Amino acid sequence: MNALRRHRALTRIWASAPGWKGWFTSVNHTDLGRMFLTVAVFFFLVGGILAMLIRAQLATPRSAFMGPETYNQVFTMHGTIMMFLFAIPFFEGLAVYLLPKLLGTRDLAFPRLTAYGFWCYVFGGSMMIFALLAGIAPDSGWFMYPPLSSTIGAPGINSDFWLIGITFVEISAISAAVEITVTILRYRAPGMSLAKMPIFAWYALVTAVMILTGFPPLILGSILLELERAFGMPFFQVAQGGDALLWQHLFWMFGHPEVYIIFLPAAGAISTILPVMARTTLMGYGWVVAAAVSLAVLSFGLWVHHMFTTGIPHMGLAFFSAASTLVAVPTAVQIFAWIGTLWRGRPGLHLPMMWLLAFFATFVIGGLTGVMVAVVPFDWQAHDTYFIVAHLHYVLIGGFVFPMLAALYYWMPHFVGRKTYFKLGGVAFWLIVPGFHGTFLLLHWAGLLGMRRRIDSYGPGQGWEIINLIASVSGFVMAIGFALVLIDVIINAVTAIRGSRDPWRAGTLEWAMPTPPAAYNFASLPHVDSRDPLYADRELPVRLARGEGYLGDPARGRRETLTVDIATGAPRTIVVFPGNTALPVLMSAVTGLFFLGMLVKDYWLVPISALGVIGCALAWVWSLGRRAPEGPLDAGRGAVLPVASEVADPPGWWGSLFLLLADGTFLGSLLFGYAFLWTIAPNWPPPAYAEPGPAALALVLAGAALTAVGGRLGALAGVAAALAGTVAVGLAALAVLAQVPDPAAHAYDATVWVLVGYALLHQVVALIMMALVAARRWAGHSAVTRRGAARVARLWSDYAALVALLAAAAVGLPGVLA
Amino acid sequence: MTTLVALAGCEESLSAVHPAGPAAATIATLWWVLLAGATAIFLFVAGLLAWAWRRPPGEVAERPFVIGLGLAFPLTVLAALLAYGLVVGERLLPRGGADVVVVRAEARQWAWSFGYDDAPGRVTEDELHIPAGRPVDVALTSADVVHGFWVPRLAGKLDAVPGHVNVLRLEADAPGRYGGLGSEFNGVGYVGHRFTVIAHDATGWQAFLAGEGE
Repeated sequence: MNALRRHRALTRIWASAPGWKGWFTSVNHTDLGRMFLTVAVFFFLVGGILAMLIRAQLATPRSAFMGPETYNQVFTMHGTIMMFLFAIPFFEGLAVYLLPKLLGTRDLAFPRLTAYGFWCYVFGGSMMIFALLAGIAPDSGWFMYPPLSSTIGAPGINSDFWLIGITFVEISAISAAVEITVTILRYRAPGMSLAKMPIFAWYALVTAVMILTGFPPLILGSILLELERAFGMPFFQVAQGGDALLWQHLFWMFGHPEVYIIFLPAAGAISTILPVMARTTLMGYGWVVAAAVSLAVLSFGLWVHHMFTTGIPHMGLAFFSAASTLVAVPTAVQIFAWIGTLWRGRPGLHLPMMWLLAFFATFVIGGLTGVMVAVVPFDWQAHDTYFIVAHLHYVLIGGFVFPMLAALYYWMPHFVGRKTYFKLGGVAFWLIVPGFHGTFLLLHWAGLLGMRRRIDSYGPGQGWEIINLIASVSGFVMAIGFALVLIDVIINAVTAIRGSRDPWRAGTLEWAMPTPPAAYNFASLPHVDSRDPLYADRELPVRLARGEGYLGDPARGRRETLTVDIATGAPRTIVVFPGNTALPVLMSAVTGLFFLGMLVKDYWLVPISALGVIGCALAWVWSLGRRAPEGPLDAGRGAVLPVASEVADPPGWWGSLFLLLADGTFLGSLLFGYAFLWTIAPNWPPPAYAEPGPAALALVLAGAALTAVGGRLGALAGVAAALAGTVAVGLAALAVLAQVPDPAAHAYDATVWVLVGYALLHQVVALIMMALVAARRWAGHSAVTRRGAARVARLWSDYAALVALLAAAAVGLPGVLA
Repeated sequence: MTTLVALAGCEESLSAVHPAGPAAATIATLWWVLLAGATAIFLFVAGLLAWAWRRPPGEVAERPFVIGLGLAFPLTVLAALLAYGLVVGERLLPRGGADVVVVRAEARQWAWSFGYDDAPGRVTEDELHIPAGRPVDVALTSADVVHGFWVPRLAGKLDAVPGHVNVLRLEADAPGRYGGLGSEFNGVGYVGHRFTVIAHDATGWQAFLAGEGE
């Protein structure tokens, strides 16, 4: 079989459906990566237009362009869109598009999940856009502090759009994070040990794990606030035992890691692009990886630096101030490793390098002002002024947008397979960078002169007028620059000439394929012996196209790739991917109905659509099963490997493991919130604690034991045991809830309801999973092909048992102590 | 009547870098130190970066960059900075003392009420009266949403949180009027959520406590 015939055979297997149908049924990461990036850019434009409205309003004093009702929606949506609908999805899109190519594999671990996440993002984002157009957008600021964002300050539907829409969108962040993690750990080219991974993969791995542990507090906070708004469960209302500060803690436990979730992918792009631009390799690879990991760890210890003015005791502030300054150290390691790389190489001044220089100039300033506001007394003055506005734009635009523009111009030849022909990019650069600094540099000073953030107008005579006029004019210059970038990309995509395969002479695997990439990425999978496989072997792309790698024979006629051992990269299994399907878009639409029902308070829709989601999920999982085992198969290059669904740890098991990491963080955040209210909230203890007594305790213990044991029994007995366990836990739950019948009475009662609900939900999930395994057995699936699914079900039943015990302890403990 | 001086020059009536009290002065000094240090570091990094294009080709060792500049350099600078910040922060905390005046501030959408321990029952709206030259502890709370209390020329800001009481120490060096701001976004009336601090000399303060000018 020659290269062309192999290409045709593989394309038949991997291609998305032609025409418009392909948009909705594609599960291919190249397609979905492009779609993610396109939609993220659309939201960047919307957020940018809102920014221009803000600058138009503030250009002159006493502006009558917008009233405060409108202005508050505009700045809230500007921040919300840029953070949740642009920055994170843009990273997801870039990772979805690039990772399999960098890692030398053919797709992400869970192709349908990619599509599901994408459509959740589109539908959730559409909700937000609708709210904006209808003039009922959130208006409490992008961090939504209650009570202002609760029914007291925002009785309308505005806040609900934020709480429900953003939670819907976060499904895409969590699902992308799960599959990025599993992909990086298991889906690599054989031979690619952890130490030989491309540096971008390390950054993406750290970012994905941060999303799994950083987003759950936000999702929890949103659910609690929505429960307060919809059902009066008073988590944030001080008179009934809640505390407004609980939200601030939960929000910033997400919000500060979020800043690094945004910066680290950019740093990954820089670490990839900069050495190529300097014609050398990255200095201190191990140090840079260690810096990224420690940045991630540290970033979870400094959320309180957003709360220096909330009245936290000074010793507490000192700790968080130290942590906040310390985070500058791993950042410095990376910055100086990059500068050292430039010293070591022979740097040119191509456009990606220009953008990296803009990154250095901007991000270093943002980092330095960040250290300033980490010094507590200075923050007492700078907090909530334009100093902070300027600082965060230096960090986010300097630390994310500029590196992403470098990435855009670096990978554009890969995206479109064409050479950059027109040179609009250079003009755009000289509009955007000076425009940016013109907009934000002097705003630091306006903040120190007393200009608060979020004011909708200001009077003359404070020394702010000239600064704001310069900022507005520069802001429009910057906007014109971004418009030119967009035009540049479109022109290059449609008109420029075919380019060479590896225009930058880079060493990573994404350049070892024809561009634009084929649906299957690699005609055969490489065996990797170094960090820069293309430097080691310039002929690699040709040899891969000739089928000299793994899985070069498409005879089995299905989508296949390899998984490897996590540490060594030795090949382990052959994965069979599902084909094109509309199930993901259907399931996300039904998920959307679930959220829509809550948004418009048509609660009958909620259980119906929840059943719909379960039905879709069952159809989804069912289609993967096989009755008879295949046994070991030929994987090319002499390797004979088992199929992934017939081993003890199939990809779904790893996915479940990391999903449970997020789920466990959610529970941890809930317990944190509970402890916070218990110890800090003014109106505690509640009038009465629930004291379920020994009978309920025995029921929970028995239920948890039955659930855990059920996961270890055969299919039928397992379901029976899990069912009995669920009933026992359910009875105990009823006994507890009978003692706190009104969740709106006190934050304690409300918390008990949420804990009980969380435990019951996990019982039901474990039960459904075990029922599925049993159903497969009845359908005649062999023990070997059922083994992976059974192990997944056991993971979830163990977690459900653990949750039941933890929830019981948390509910019962205060009553025992009191 | 009272010995109010004219409103301070408009340009700086809300400026944190034109301090009129010891707390704000300490923080303003801190700012200038931070600015000088940050500027020096920025120029240093920019110089290192520019040199990459100028230097003659040759081997570059990893340790000076990663360990020297990446680890040792920031750790040294940050340790010094942190110590400085903590000392300053400690000095700004409300501490006991014979001549401390206690006032109470309650924020609501979109107004401020001030009460005085030295004149029970006396409440002023959107005007906080204090004696000049004496430390004042403002006990802050809120009747509805989260607010912020900020008199830029006198001290840093502190939030007024429903159900909590936060205490901010401020002091005016001289009698006068100082602009105060609600500094936590609180809805449509935010821009107008302002108040005035009126610092009296000793006789003026006694007159205020005695109820004159009511």
